[in-house]
Amino acid sequence: MNIALIVLLPLLGSVLPALMIRSGRNSCVASAAVPSFLAFSLLLTHVPAVFYFGTTPKVSWPWLASIGLHVEFWVDGLGLLFATLILGIGLLILIYARSYLAAEDPMGNFYCYLLIFQAAMVGIVLSDNVILLMMFWELTSLSSFLLIGFWSHLPAGRQGARMALTVTGGGGLALLAGVLLLGQVADTYRISEIITRRELIQSSEWYPTILMLILVGCFTKSAQFPFHFWLPRAMAAPTPVSAYLHSATMVKAGLFLLARLWPVLQNDHLWFYSVASIGLLTMLIGAIIALFQDDLKGLLAYSTISHLGLITMLLGFATPVAVSAAVFHIINHATFKAALFMNAGIVDHEAGTRDLKRLGGLMWLMPVTALIAMVAAFSMAGLPPLNGYLSKEMMLEEASHTKWMDSKQVIPTLVTIAAVFSVAYSFRYVFGVFAGRVRHDYPHHPHDPPPGLWWPPTLLIVFVIAIGLRPDIVAESLVKSVTAAVIQDQAPDIHLKLWHGWTPAVTMSGIAVGGGVVLCLMYLLLRKVWDILPRPDAKFLFDALVAALTRGCQLINDFVHNGSQQRYIFMTIATTIALAGWAFASYPWALGERPQNPITAPLIVGWILVIGSTMLVVINYRNRLYALIALGVVGLFSSIGFVYVSGIDLALTQVSVEVVTIILMLLTLYFLPKHSQPESLNWVRLRDACLGIAAGIGMGGMSWLMMTRNWSMESIQGYFLANAKSGGGGTNVVNVILVDFRGFDTFGEITVLGCAGLAIFAMLEGLFRGKLLSKLQCWKPDVVKTADRHPILMVVVTRVLLPMAILVGMFIFFRGHNLPGGGFIAALIVSVSLIMQYMASGFGWAANQIRFKYHGLIGGGVLVAAATGIGAMVGDRPFLTSWHDHWHPPKFMGIDFGDIEAASAMAFDLGVFLTVIGAVMLALAQFSKLGTLTADSRVNQTPMDCDPSRSFSSQHHSPKH
Amino acid sequence: MELLLATAIGVFTAAGVFLVLRPRTFSVVMGMSFLTYAINFFLVSVGRLAINQPDILVKGRDLTQYADPVPPALVLTSIVISFGMTAIMVVMGVRGFFENNSDHVNIDATEESIARSRE
Repeated sequence: MNIALIVLLPLLGSVLPALMIRSGRNSCVASAAVPSFLAFSLLLTHVPAVFYFGTTPKVSWPWLASIGLHVEFWVDGLGLLFATLILGIGLLILIYARSYLAAEDPMGNFYCYLLIFQAAMVGIVLSDNVILLMMFWELTSLSSFLLIGFWSHLPAGRQGARMALTVTGGGGLALLAGVLLLGQVADTYRISEIITRRELIQSSEWYPTILMLILVGCFTKSAQFPFHFWLPRAMAAPTPVSAYLHSATMVKAGLFLLARLWPVLQNDHLWFYSVASIGLLTMLIGAIIALFQDDLKGLLAYSTISHLGLITMLLGFATPVAVSAAVFHIINHATFKAALFMNAGIVDHEAGTRDLKRLGGLMWLMPVTALIAMVAAFSMAGLPPLNGYLSKEMMLEEASHTKWMDSKQVIPTLVTIAAVFSVAYSFRYVFGVFAGRVRHDYPHHPHDPPPGLWWPPTLLIVFVIAIGLRPDIVAESLVKSVTAAVIQDQAPDIHLKLWHGWTPAVTMSGIAVGGGVVLCLMYLLLRKVWDILPRPDAKFLFDALVAALTRGCQLINDFVHNGSQQRYIFMTIATTIALAGWAFASYPWALGERPQNPITAPLIVGWILVIGSTMLVVINYRNRLYALIALGVVGLFSSIGFVYVSGIDLALTQVSVEVVTIILMLLTLYFLPKHSQPESLNWVRLRDACLGIAAGIGMGGMSWLMMTRNWSMESIQGYFLANAKSGGGGTNVVNVILVDFRGFDTFGEITVLGCAGLAIFAMLEGLFRGKLLSKLQCWKPDVVKTADRHPILMVVVTRVLLPMAILVGMFIFFRGHNLPGGGFIAALIVSVSLIMQYMASGFGWAANQIRFKYHGLIGGGVLVAAATGIGAMVGDRPFLTSWHDHWHPPKFMGIDFGDIEAASAMAFDLGVFLTVIGAVMLALAQFSKLGTLTADSRVNQTPMDCDPSRSFSSQHHSPKH
Repeated sequence: MELLLATAIGVFTAAGVFLVLRPRTFSVVMGMSFLTYAINFFLVSVGRLAINQPDILVKGRDLTQYADPVPPALVLTSIVISFGMTAIMVVMGVRGFFENNSDHVNIDATEESIARSRE
């Protein structure tokens, strides 16, 4: 439980600063620091268990077990080390940022993003499931996007954030593919199990693919060549972000994963040549470019790239001692580089610039800052007695006896060159900023910063010196434990100390320092050469690539998505036909062996009527009323067709829906033009007809081929037929499926229908106000209206029919569970009888008679259905479990009532009934209201225009007045 | 019988596709209706045709003597949802007609621009 909290505390805590900013900046920081600190403390309680007793605490909950995704965390040596760095340095950054951010920066957002990022990082290092790890991995990409682009008013910030997201997000996709393959090959997604299955993975034919995909993910995240270019651009972020994300944590996520999967992926050929070579190259390129950066953060960014390359290279060497050097350097780099970034932030904050050309002589104005810079930068250069020296010695020692393609010289030489440049840029940082004479043209008046800015780096400096002086006490056992966790084996017997005797590494170090000093002295000359040299600009290449991709997408988009609905539909249907035809082509077109039903004379008659009406619609589609009538014929014959193939419920539903649909379309047609002009060109019509015929051949052919075959696997119908009575308490199997077996689908369906009713209401409501209302009020119907709008005969008949229709509706409703019928059909019958009242007496009168709002019926219906479902939950059954029973009442006055059956499905059906009435009536009533607002309409308040009884009674009573 | 149903499905589909590609909202709605008929009959045909075997359980009848009840249940849902969809479409058509003074399916097409393009 504890372990999951380490991740969850910052994640849940991330809302706190966003809320607490309302009560001031200090409480905002405090609210961010508390969850972070709690998580840190929780983490530290696991130190004894992990480092001294060698246990690995684990927690696991199933989540999406079917895809192998579980919420699984574990704390082993490697994870603990990284989590400590992330949470420990995170706390320092939280404090540092309080003093760093300006008053106008939205601090609540900043701390919120920072905590999300922190949680995601801790999630990566503590996940015991690769899919879970991937989710946290992507979360770091997203939250770092927000953090890099925090100053969203700066174009550089936005561009840097986009570039970082594109590169790391793209790498994340490759990584996702890689870990999924890895999990498939290893037959588990649990990391602690994967890392024990080396033989299985390396003997798989997928091993090279897996390795390359995972390396792309790790290299993009850790800014390895050729993906390094995003890191310097990300320096547009506020300095606390750079110090946190780009020195200590996020860029190390790639290294973490390399180390995590080291036991299964490493070997001395493919792994060595890809990882060690890329690492070496990155280390060299980063170091050289860093020397020529004028921006302090740019210098540190390239130096970070170089050091990340160093660690990658060590992991690539694939020996246990090299791994221990890598682990040690991860610790050391995190301490001195975070301190340096904070230091650069202080200089920027106090002097107003971080351009080396405008700085110098700050030692006299900012002594504390200068001291911090000196210690941290000398550690970065690898000078004794600081921690950077120790791990660098180990690296040089390993490099000195590693062969590359049978050559003993390549690696030591290149590594020494990189070290020379590393010393040079470190010196340039210290002396360029702090040495020399005090200048008078700083943008601000530099002075040492407030404690909030200097004590976080100072704390890190203490570690730099302490590890440097007594590595055997401070770091040795830690490095050994973590190394053991990485290699999943006994750690090599290393001894961390300042002096190992006169080894090749000491010689290389000596050359590095000497060379570095020489480079610094020759800097001005070198700079001239550097400025002349042509260099590929990564940003230019990246932008060109992105622009080309965007143009390509735009072209496709303009073609398929040009704003014309006809184009979209044509494209969609054509693509579907093409794909289906392609799939179809690979199957035999022969008919099956299933016996066919006979063709009888009535069938042929019906078929001719249906096909004929369809043809009439297609030919006369421009004469809309005519086409609509023919469409109605097709609909009615469809219902008869349903009856013929034993779908009685279908037929009842189809008939009632057909009536409502045709009424609705007639209403529409009242407003729309009654005819359309021929406007498609002939070839367009021919093209569309060909597409239609192709689609028709496909659909018809497919269903014919299917109907002549038997099921290729057993149909599930048997289950429903066998259990409808015993499980659902009804003999109408279709109805039982709808309200019981698949009740949840029906619940969704009525919700959708209710939403449709409300959407129609809202869409038409928009016509009743503003400019559209005046348009509507000017609109005149383009058809001749009958003089007798509300004929007396129709009014009387519909009134008489109403109670009968309601009775029929009730009958259909109650028999539904056992015989054809049900709530839906009943609702449509009742709706139609209500609509008839509107038709007979007009909206003005009918709307006055309705005492409730149809909205309420929709909501009420959905609630009734939901309550039925929840009722089952009260009885500790799953949602919508049905209940049914029958009861035989005693004879009363000699009448036998028979068995009375009751099922909870009936209450559910009542919900369906109410919702459907509500939706249908809401839509149609709103539609008919439209007609009352047009130019020439007279809204009647009486049931008939000419009411004989009224005129009679008024004549009768008139003498009294 | 199967052949008749298959041809009807084919004709419905062809008519539906042709009509939804027309430029006016009303034709599109009619086309969608035809596609609905086609799909509904197609779904019914998936259960294979059974004549005179409604899914009303009768004592003593063998369970193989009933039509497949699953496709009708699916089609019932389909009918309801397509009714809702048709209603939404016609209302959008009317609203668009009043907003745009044209019942063309493209929101940027006005009667003037259509007339111009026809010339």
